[in-house]
Amino acid sequence: MLLAPVEYARPSSLDEAVRLLGAYDGARALAGGQTLTNVMKARAAAPDVLVDLNDLAELRAISRSGDGGLELGAMVTLSELIRSPEVGEARPILAGVASQIADVQVRNRGTIGGNICSNDPTNHLPPVVAALGATMTIRGEDGERTIGAEEFFLGVYMTAVQPGELLTRIAIPPAEGERDAFASVPIGKDGTCIVNAAATVRDGQARIALGCVAAVPLLVTSAAEEAAVRQAVQDAQLDPPSDVHASADYRRHLAAVVAVRAVQEATA
Amino acid sequence: MEPVAGQRISVEVNGERQERDVEVRRLLVHFLRDDLDLTGTHVGCDTGNCGACTVIVDGMAVKSCMMLAVQADGSSVQTIEGLAPDDELHALQQAFSSFHALQCGYCTPGMLMSAKHLLDHNPEPTEGEIRRAIQGNICRCTGYVNIVEAISAAAKGEVK
Repeated sequence: MLLAPVEYARPSSLDEAVRLLGAYDGARALAGGQTLTNVMKARAAAPDVLVDLNDLAELRAISRSGDGGLELGAMVTLSELIRSPEVGEARPILAGVASQIADVQVRNRGTIGGNICSNDPTNHLPPVVAALGATMTIRGEDGERTIGAEEFFLGVYMTAVQPGELLTRIAIPPAEGERDAFASVPIGKDGTCIVNAAATVRDGQARIALGCVAAVPLLVTSAAEEAAVRQAVQDAQLDPPSDVHASADYRRHLAAVVAVRAVQEATA
Repeated sequence: MEPVAGQRISVEVNGERQERDVEVRRLLVHFLRDDLDLTGTHVGCDTGNCGACTVIVDGMAVKSCMMLAVQADGSSVQTIEGLAPDDELHALQQAFSSFHALQCGYCTPGMLMSAKHLLDHNPEPTEGEIRRAIQGNICRCTGYVNIVEAISAAAKGEVK
């Protein structure tokens, strides 16, 4: 399909990318393009300027932080997450979940930053970074700020990244005895999720982020036992959407099911 | 650097350097099909689901309907036309023929490029790995069984 006319720049430094995003109204960052290109085809987004982040090597780095956690550049692709020895050692859930997203071709282009910045409620990674207690670093012309998932995810397709700003880095804290797992009910193998949940468990306590049931990942905590998890999900008084794949009631039922499965897998 | 609405791009396609002026809004698949007349790369769904437009960019399989032509500037692209020399068949193409791994053929170029990407990275795939590798390529004719057998046979060199 022919896209609407749009302008393009592929800066070679982060400073230049941030300057371009700030200098042009209607400028938008282009990461892997696996969502944005299609949204532009459908005329659901009409950016005037695309600032392509693909030449920014500084956003492609994966490293272990001093405390044993992970520092992930926003432009790390899903395929790179899957192959990364650092991710495999520090927080293998990221690789495991990335391998469930779409297909090889999409994973070769799609990025961790794009997945969380698009914040489609059915995306896989927003609940994962929420459950892991990740922090996101956002850069604008006035400097950087680092915030947690509760502040980062604001609504359907909306995050704290404002016009003129860029998500640069996702920092994952060290596991320190935490064990993580992800469970979902997708439409077909590795398809779009009807409901998903990421859980992190330590010392019998679970932190669970539910996806697909609200505009943003919904965080609940409970003891890591089935009855307690079910009660915690019930207490969250979910008001999920209904669609052709699942009614609100069924989605609410599945939310408890995937929460329990994720916690059980994390404690197995 | 300031944004532009179009630019001259230089892309190595199937080993040959190609230079063209393109609008930013031109998708890679249209650059290949309409500017270079490489119509073997098909447009199926144009929404990133079907995989008919799969090509290999700098060694990675991508769906060329979800990449701008300007993004391929400076890259190396391989399409179905570059899989084997003229009048010859690549082992995968021969296997698809021998195993009846196509009927209408619309998905076949993309399926072959995904299969090539798999074998380039994993020369001895299991059946499960083959199935995962073609997850992003939809075939509405075959039911996939013959495609999986063809890729497996090509990997093992068991194609006549």
